[in-house]
Amino acid sequence: MRLARQGNEDAYRQVLGRVSLWLRSVVRREMVAAGRSAADCEDVVQETLLAMHLKRDTWDDTQPLEPWLRAIARHKLVDHLRRRGYRDHVSIDDQAECLEAATDPDADARTDSRRLLESLPDRQRRIVEEISIEGRRAAEVAVRFGMSEGAVRVTLHRALRALAALYRKGQS
Amino acid sequence: MKTANLIEALVADRAAQGRPLARGLVGALVAGAAASLALFLVEFGVRADIAEALVTWRFEVKLAMVFLALGLAYSLCVTLSRPVASGRVAWRLAPLAALAVAVVAIELAVLPTAAWVARLVGSNAVVCLTTIPLLAIAPLAAVLWFLRRGAPASPALAGAAAGLLAATAGASLYAFHCFDDSPLFVVTWYVLAALPVIALGAILGRRLLRW
Repeated sequence: MRLARQGNEDAYRQVLGRVSLWLRSVVRREMVAAGRSAADCEDVVQETLLAMHLKRDTWDDTQPLEPWLRAIARHKLVDHLRRRGYRDHVSIDDQAECLEAATDPDADARTDSRRLLESLPDRQRRIVEEISIEGRRAAEVAVRFGMSEGAVRVTLHRALRALAALYRKGQS
Repeated sequence: MKTANLIEALVADRAAQGRPLARGLVGALVAGAAASLALFLVEFGVRADIAEALVTWRFEVKLAMVFLALGLAYSLCVTLSRPVASGRVAWRLAPLAALAVAVVAIELAVLPTAAWVARLVGSNAVVCLTTIPLLAIAPLAAVLWFLRRGAPASPALAGAAAGLLAATAGASLYAFHCFDDSPLFVVTWYVLAALPVIALGAILGRRLLRW
């Protein structure tokens, strides 16, 4: 994480990958413990990753990383559970069924992020898709869209912040 | 969107890497305080007898109290803007409370009993109660605006800390205008003046600092 702070992309990718593995197990356990379906597990993982990314300035790098991560995950999980309210109550039979399909990290079409992405302004949505789903670099996207690389990054950042705000509003 | 895809988007976004929270907060506070300083110089101004006041112990103690409060409020504000809940943060204010108790005790010891009430009420109580909140408005706005970048465990508490920080900034300026230097006056009226700012900060924080 310290390396990632210095702008080391590979280090950051690795950190996020490891954190998402860890988050998936924590979130899944907590949601089952709360008597909820684990079907939205990946949504919470993604929302937490996004929050962790946008709020990474709040990590004091003289302190261990884990309590900070835990605190963010807890905050987001509580938010999520509150938002979903009773709508999410499922019987235990349903849960058992969900558990297998639910925590699939490759789930795509059903995730909140997919749906929320659709409600972003067109340009923001397309830039996020180009970079995340198509795996293009910001510089390539800039050429394709006839924008400067800086403008692509600014748009990307705005899109991520907008996504976080949409999660918060609970439009999911 | 797959999680791996989201990660690619996050890696490509480097914009969120701003200044560390603690340093950024200083910037916001200075910006807000600068606006209040301008207001202070135009509307209030430094007291005429500042040169004589500077060598009296009461004035010096007053400055020590407001600046200590400012420093403690800043550290409280930084801590409460982080997601990790920190227990017993109120203890951080203990040095200020200890100093206040000590100087009040000294003042009561050196003053004749008959003078206590006159010193307590002073001559600027109403001015104090209105001016400190007034001078706190710009710092409060700047600090709250900045803290939207934070991730407070409790938005209301973080907002209250922002209110306290703004009030101490306002009080630091006001201390140079007010000629009621008795610790009895300072401890009573400055604290009362800070309360509405803290409450306002908590209310606004609840709304603005959610993340």
